[in-house]
Amino acid sequence: MSRMTRKMFKGGEYLIAEVAKEDVFTPEDFSDEQKQFAETAEQFTRNEVVPQAERLDHQDFELMVGLLKKAGELGLLMVDGPEEYGGLELDKATSMLVTEKIAPYSGYLTAYSGQTGIGTLPLVYFGTKKQKEKYLGKLLTGEWLAAYCLTEPNSGSDALGAKTTARLSEDGKYYFLNGTKQFITNGGFADLFTIFAKIDGKHFTAFLVERAFEGVATGQEEKKMGLKGSSTTPVILEDVKVPVENLLGEIGKGHKIAFNVLNVGRFKLGAGIVGSAKTAFLEGVKYANLRKQFGVSIGSFGAIKEKIADMATTIFAAESLIYRLAGLLDHRLSSIPKDVSNYSEAYLRGIEEYALECAIAKVFCSEMLDFVVDEVVQIHGGYGFVQEYPAERFYRDARINRIFEGTNEINRILIPRILLKRAKAGEIPLEREMAQANETIRKRSFATPDRSVCLGEERALLKNLKSLFLLVTGAAVRKFLERIQEEQEVLMALADMAIQIFALESAVVRAEKLTAKGPSDRNEGLAKATVKIFAFLAGETVGTAARKAVFCVSEGGNLAMVLNGIMELTRYDASGLLAAKRCLAEASLEGEKYIF
Amino acid sequence: MKILVTLKPVPNPDEKVKVREDGKGIVRENIKTVVNPFCEIAVEEGLRIREAHGGEVVVLTVGPRESDQQLRTALAMGADRGILVEAAGDLDSLAVAKVIAKVAAEEKPDLVLNGKQAVDDDNNQVGQILAALLSWPQATFVSKLEPDMGCRKAKATREVDGGLETIEVPLPAVITADLRLNEPRYASLPGIMKAKKKEVKLVPVASLGVDTKPKVRVLSLTPPRQRSGGRKVADVAELVSLLSNEAKIL
Ligand SMILES: Cc1cc2nc3c(=O)[nH]c(=O)nc-3n(C[C@H](O)[C@H](O)[C@H](O)COP(=O)(O)OP(=O)(O)OC[C@H]3O[C@@H](n4cnc5c(N)ncnc54)[C@H](O)[C@@H]3O)c2cc1C
Repeated sequence: MSRMTRKMFKGGEYLIAEVAKEDVFTPEDFSDEQKQFAETAEQFTRNEVVPQAERLDHQDFELMVGLLKKAGELGLLMVDGPEEYGGLELDKATSMLVTEKIAPYSGYLTAYSGQTGIGTLPLVYFGTKKQKEKYLGKLLTGEWLAAYCLTEPNSGSDALGAKTTARLSEDGKYYFLNGTKQFITNGGFADLFTIFAKIDGKHFTAFLVERAFEGVATGQEEKKMGLKGSSTTPVILEDVKVPVENLLGEIGKGHKIAFNVLNVGRFKLGAGIVGSAKTAFLEGVKYANLRKQFGVSIGSFGAIKEKIADMATTIFAAESLIYRLAGLLDHRLSSIPKDVSNYSEAYLRGIEEYALECAIAKVFCSEMLDFVVDEVVQIHGGYGFVQEYPAERFYRDARINRIFEGTNEINRILIPRILLKRAKAGEIPLEREMAQANETIRKRSFATPDRSVCLGEERALLKNLKSLFLLVTGAAVRKFLERIQEEQEVLMALADMAIQIFALESAVVRAEKLTAKGPSDRNEGLAKATVKIFAFLAGETVGTAARKAVFCVSEGGNLAMVLNGIMELTRYDASGLLAAKRCLAEASLEGEKYIF
Repeated sequence: MKILVTLKPVPNPDEKVKVREDGKGIVRENIKTVVNPFCEIAVEEGLRIREAHGGEVVVLTVGPRESDQQLRTALAMGADRGILVEAAGDLDSLAVAKVIAKVAAEEKPDLVLNGKQAVDDDNNQVGQILAALLSWPQATFVSKLEPDMGCRKAKATREVDGGLETIEVPLPAVITADLRLNEPRYASLPGIMKAKKKEVKLVPVASLGVDTKPKVRVLSLTPPRQRSGGRKVADVAELVSLLSNEAKIL
């Protein structure tokens, strides 16, 4: 029963609406052409980048630059660029899939993302025609490499607290930039820097700064825990003379650039992470098959099987989530007529619509990866701790993802904040839905599983988890009113719930699609097994977060009722969990890969 | 110069394959299909010849409708147009060679380039049979190819046991590509977009009037014996003793 038109969802709406599988994009929907783009990215990475991991990890930046330029020759840097300037202007799903395939060596992924994402997009979205003509073509072919300079030694999360200044020259032709930027990806070799500075110490503004401008210097490479193949340096600006034509966007509107680019950075990071996780997973299953203890391969032990099943499950959830988000973005962005005068602005609003989902993607994927690389080390035992195997590097490389593109704390705080803001702006009838959720509890009218339909159990759980989210959010809002913004412990819990619900729903919907293909499809049973494992995990996580929030928020007589409500709303019959774990693990071990 | 390059879709050689329950084939579900690496080399050679001498590169595959995807890869690399002879089920080398011969008779290329063998069943037969069917000269296992359109001939260097052999063949001829012939290019992203607009002609195998009934029957496939894990020895003496007493190779 498929419909021709997909319903367009608003950002955050998933928390109050039900979604049908026809409305959700999943990896199964990729076109042959998209798969071909992915194939090129995959082959290039496998043949050119991964074999050089050792040299790249020892910071052979000449090699790194060569590999970025080679990617340029293949058009891999053009994906998001407008056609007018030599780009391919492909959709977000393609851009994310290509990023996923670039991921197997993280140092390269970061350099690549630094170039194609934060390095190029400010110019794409905010540049004037002249600026684009001058620089964009060069960035899309890789003739020039780019970096993005927001962070400073004393302003990281508090990006708007930047100290770098810009002062207009007396003749009005130049700005003089002074200050230091910190942790700049591609700093060691970039030709063009997008630099944020405050004009007269007040108006936060972005500038396009060439390395060749006098007074630009980059400092020593940071000695990092991981991601050693990528260049990370300070950028030091001493009376750098920047022509006024190189001011990017509007004076005092630098935050618009910074935040919009961050939204894109977050979902792209998520896509890259899915690729990193699959890479690590592959090493995990290979080793589990190879390593023998007590006369059998360690993959035959339940403890190891469970790790493999849980890893495959969380990767499946992350992958489902990230491409669902791609679909949301593409659906909205493709509805914007290209000939409108304010296309760029409408386009950015289209992305910002899903700022909440972007934050979710960033947090869920980065924490998924840390779980996976940790388990892959564990599967390797002592060999996971030494550099002879890549597991050790995966473990170190993964950690940064919870820190950059907005720390996970900042992203978690954003999730309920955006939701409440959208509710206040009348975008989402949150108030009504919270009241409804209260009624649900009062009347004990919880959703019960329809066991006659496939995944009915999981659908009911989802419905109940959404009610639970609304219930707890309502309680928190009533208690703290506006002050809720400051109660970060509660915000964290609300975010955890919202994240898990989005991930679970994405996984369930995708499994519905996979099972709809019919029982002849080998993945049918595996998809069901995966969703069972994930529903159990997500239900438990949401329950814990809800209880934490409730203990932070409620007291007295009310408490017992709410706790009881939590119990009812997280009820999930995971019978067959053991069989589900075993079958997913065994299929992964047998195929020796991520099977979806 | 008109060059006909054939390519075979094969299961991704980097993935672990499993023998089907009936023992007569492998499980194809969930295994990616790719262009046979030797055929990719043949495509690359065709493109290089065209770049140097002008002409047209036509790519041909025989297989199910989905093989269109492998043709698109070659078109994205730069081939000019494609022909997909639609045939369900596995054809044996003779049947495939007959189909190619039929297409060659129609297209009248100056060169047919094949991969020397397909990495799935390693038969290494199609090129040779094809040359015989067409009564054209052949150069197999070619690691260097220098066509000379003016004199309608080509010099081919072949990798043979113990060295290299250089031969000259008059055109048209059948050439099969070896590993060291070249390093194939990637399909660039702009190339992939351009390939979308290129023509792929669908030809039902039945319309060619060739007998594709298999002459070879696969009786059974067996996976290679599982390699047992290595073993560490304390010193050379132990190694020698194990090699002579246990492995019995000394
Ligand atoms: C390898 C690497 C590459 C990078 N690449 C770039 C780049 O190319 N360009 C660029 O501009 N930057 C880059 N960064 C910088 C990165 O974005 C910042 O490190 C990050 O934003 C965090 O800032 P910070 O390090 O100053 O930490 P802080 O902001 O000082 O944070 C410290 C801790 O406090 C928490 N915290 C801070 N504020 C709050 C709050 N309001 N509420 C709750 N908790 C809070 C944080 O979550 C964190 O746990 C890179 C960093 C690294 C390590």
